[in-house]
Amino acid sequence: MSYTPELALALLLIIPLVASVLIPLCRRHANIREAVTLISAALLLANVIYLVKIVAGGARPELHLGTFAGKFEIKFVLEPLGAVFAAIASSLWIINTLFSIGYMRGNEEKNQTRFYAFVAIAIAASMGIAASGNLITLFVFYEVLTLSTFPLVTHKGDAKAKRGGTIYALILMGTSLGLLLPAVIGVQVIAGTTDFMVGGVLEGKASMLAVSILLFLFAFGIGKAALMPVHPWLPNAMVAPTPVSALLHAVAVVKAGVFTMLKVVTYTFGPAIATGSSMSTILSWVAAFSIVIASIIAMRQDNLKKRLAYSTVSQLSYVTLGAMLATGYAIIGGALQIIMHAWGKITLFMCAGAIYTVAHRGEISKLNGLGRTMPWVFGAFLVGSLSIIGAPPMGGSWPKFFLMAGAIDSEKAILLAALIVSSILNVIYLIPIAVRGFMRPPDDPAKDAVIAIERKKHRWVIIPPVLTALGAFILFFFAGDMTDFLMPILPGGEF
Amino acid sequence: MGMLEFFPEWLQYHGAALAVVLPLLMGAICAILPSERLAWITTLIVVSICTVTAFGLLLVTFGGESVIYKMGGWDPPKGISYVIDGLNTPVIFLISAMALLTTLYGLPSVVAEVEPKKRAPFYGAFLIGVAGLLGMVVTGDAFNVFVFLEVSSISTYVLVAMGASRDRRALAAAYRYLILGSIGATFFVIGLGFLYMETGTLNMADIGRKLQELEGGSRVAMVAFGFITVGLGLKLAMFPLHMWLPGAYAHAPSFVTVFLASTATKAALYLMLRFSFTVFDVSFDYVLTVVTYLFTGLGCAAMVLGSLQAIFQTDARRTLAYSSVAQVGYMLLGVGMATSLGLTAGYVHLLNHAVIKGALFFALGAFWYRYGITRTEDFAGLGKMMPWTMGAFTLGGLSLIGVPLTAGFISKLQLAEAALQRGWGWAVFVIMATSILAIIYIGRLILTAYFQAPPEIDGEVVKRNEAPLMMLIPMWILVALSITIGVNSDFVVQAGQMAAEVLGGIS
Repeated sequence: MSYTPELALALLLIIPLVASVLIPLCRRHANIREAVTLISAALLLANVIYLVKIVAGGARPELHLGTFAGKFEIKFVLEPLGAVFAAIASSLWIINTLFSIGYMRGNEEKNQTRFYAFVAIAIAASMGIAASGNLITLFVFYEVLTLSTFPLVTHKGDAKAKRGGTIYALILMGTSLGLLLPAVIGVQVIAGTTDFMVGGVLEGKASMLAVSILLFLFAFGIGKAALMPVHPWLPNAMVAPTPVSALLHAVAVVKAGVFTMLKVVTYTFGPAIATGSSMSTILSWVAAFSIVIASIIAMRQDNLKKRLAYSTVSQLSYVTLGAMLATGYAIIGGALQIIMHAWGKITLFMCAGAIYTVAHRGEISKLNGLGRTMPWVFGAFLVGSLSIIGAPPMGGSWPKFFLMAGAIDSEKAILLAALIVSSILNVIYLIPIAVRGFMRPPDDPAKDAVIAIERKKHRWVIIPPVLTALGAFILFFFAGDMTDFLMPILPGGEF
Repeated sequence: MGMLEFFPEWLQYHGAALAVVLPLLMGAICAILPSERLAWITTLIVVSICTVTAFGLLLVTFGGESVIYKMGGWDPPKGISYVIDGLNTPVIFLISAMALLTTLYGLPSVVAEVEPKKRAPFYGAFLIGVAGLLGMVVTGDAFNVFVFLEVSSISTYVLVAMGASRDRRALAAAYRYLILGSIGATFFVIGLGFLYMETGTLNMADIGRKLQELEGGSRVAMVAFGFITVGLGLKLAMFPLHMWLPGAYAHAPSFVTVFLASTATKAALYLMLRFSFTVFDVSFDYVLTVVTYLFTGLGCAAMVLGSLQAIFQTDARRTLAYSSVAQVGYMLLGVGMATSLGLTAGYVHLLNHAVIKGALFFALGAFWYRYGITRTEDFAGLGKMMPWTMGAFTLGGLSLIGVPLTAGFISKLQLAEAALQRGWGWAVFVIMATSILAIIYIGRLILTAYFQAPPEIDGEVVKRNEAPLMMLIPMWILVALSITIGVNSDFVVQAGQMAAEVLGGIS
């Protein structure tokens, strides 16, 4: 069998699934088990890079797996947006695995085999979402992602984990079965297909009312996008071990949500149809509201992971806002936000995990002076924060810029104001963390001296966030390439 | 169909009669056999033959043919005819295959739950029940339907009452089922009487023709339809005529519960379809009204109220029993749409639900077998105590909720699509809202099993004690089937379309 684009597309799913089978088989040998994950992740990344290249060349590899339940088809097509999502998830899987090894061993977590196996399944589901050729395929993998991450969120298995996991599953499954699935079936009935096509499939087929209802169902049915008020699953999922929060709740799960949102607006509705209904205006308001309110809630959290969680809620709504504005700049801005936020936020989460592993601290108020003991971690945190805020020369500045341009394009000054306010709020709740670490004197220098010794044992929780911070910086210089790569998702292929 | 070559010509024709007569005769013999092991082997052989025969018949109809078997060579409408068509062969196969799986499961389970002296008669009653169910599905004669309905019901009352050695409440449950079931049968036979008065015939195809000529007939036919609907409604546990069901499911031996849950209500629903759409016809005003408003309305009420009641049960078997009431509601909703898509969806769910609920009740039976557990709170630690059984329960539960890649998802997808096609957007929300209720009542059991530690007895944590292989095999066959359907449901959907074709429905 030769290596064709179709095979590469199939391998997106096969590689992580094979890993998920091999990992339990190697459960007695921890090093071999982790090697399986790392090798699979590397193979997957190589495979994705190949696919990204051919997608950039204009090809759209396709794969049909047959039908289920009559006319619903399981079908994969890779297009630029999906390729981007696949690239982020696969590249960060490698870095996160390194981090996981450091974290899980450093904290002597139980059931590590189960952890790595389910992460591999979750990655497979993310790849499935990225490569879906139609809504129903996307829905299937969306649900698989929810179910495969449930054992990860509840990894600790105590009462707190149970409570968090229950909220997680109930909101994500409730919204997807209750709102998303009807929307998917609605599209099938109205358009006769759920295939993704540039410019959408609803033009001339759906009435304004139907478009409004569908848009509403998608916006809240895609619970993973955490648009308020369906966001509570996200902070509750923070009961998970930090590598889970880092990979899944900064990258795979939440990005699957906003990715779906963007994909639906560009490929199912088509930007013109989506903005034609006043529902999109209402939803852009909801998104703006989410951005600001979640930032305010984030300011009030002392628990570092909780603060990052609310920050994620806020940042995700940028993408939703981009989707609802649906101008050329806004959509590309939303897509760039998926990339930049992933790198920035995973840095922050991994820093939080590193601090927890090395210093056993989870509250921001206890971080005084810790930056002097752990300069690399706090340095990475600062870089990540700047990227999230959108300060140049960090990758995160581009999406903010594009989104503002989008808001100006559609003449919505208040949304522009919301974006600016949010950036200020971001500064207020992120920068003091790093500042506290570097500037304030330590509360108990003796303890910090112990931590400095301890630090040397935990190399693998410190290197990964530094790498991703570096990534967040380097990405700044590639925004042009990414924009060119993403351009074909717009109808007409230009702004 | 290449596989059809394995079935001799005579079996394709006489199979219909064989599948009914064999268990009926052997049931009587089984009851007087001296040894329970011998009775079990006899039962196993009989239901295996039935399953193979049913599979052959299924292949015949999948090939697009139908067979009319004349009992004793007497021509219908005077003689009794058995009809094999796209509508009933999937149900025939379902009943026989479930009988086979439960018989396998019964080897350990019946020993644990039924008194030694009653075991041989138990298998006898079971075989007669199987014969009754197969008979009422296969026959083309309306009065014959009544006879077999009673045969299956009476044996079921006996089977439910056999649960008394495990739980005395089984007697009350069986008695209640007996009273309500008899009322149902009475309604049904009164309906048939009226129908005979109107048309002068008892052959179902013939009645159908006559009524067609009379364009629905007079008020007598209308009354007949009413009586038949109520009578069958009781049998299929149509809300609010489901009162017998939770008790019967909860207190019968596990063996019986599985068999009842996956076949009895299904066979009754099949009859409802047969009568409403082929004997009567939706082109008659009164039938259309009942189907559209009554079936749909009661179906939705069952979905919502059944699911809500399932949430508040403290006994896992009652939770699943109320869930069954709700699931019958899904089927009725599909039927109530009366469109080709709706009927397909309802029929597909009939088959899927039998598979799903069978797996779940198998698992519950295994919990009882090992630890005597039926109450929700006792599920604590089952994930560790019986990982394979609990795994099957979890996968079955996900299927009941309707998670993608399981049979339940296919059902909901089809139902929702049919509803939208019919212009019933609201029905989609009822379907999805009840799915969320299902997450709650299933999720509660699963969370308890996995997140709470196994109980301690005398300071010692209860040890892992997996169910015997004879229980795990049938359970996992159904779980695997549910996932297979979820991945590729073509054959189930095809069966549904075949049935919908026979039924017609509105365009």
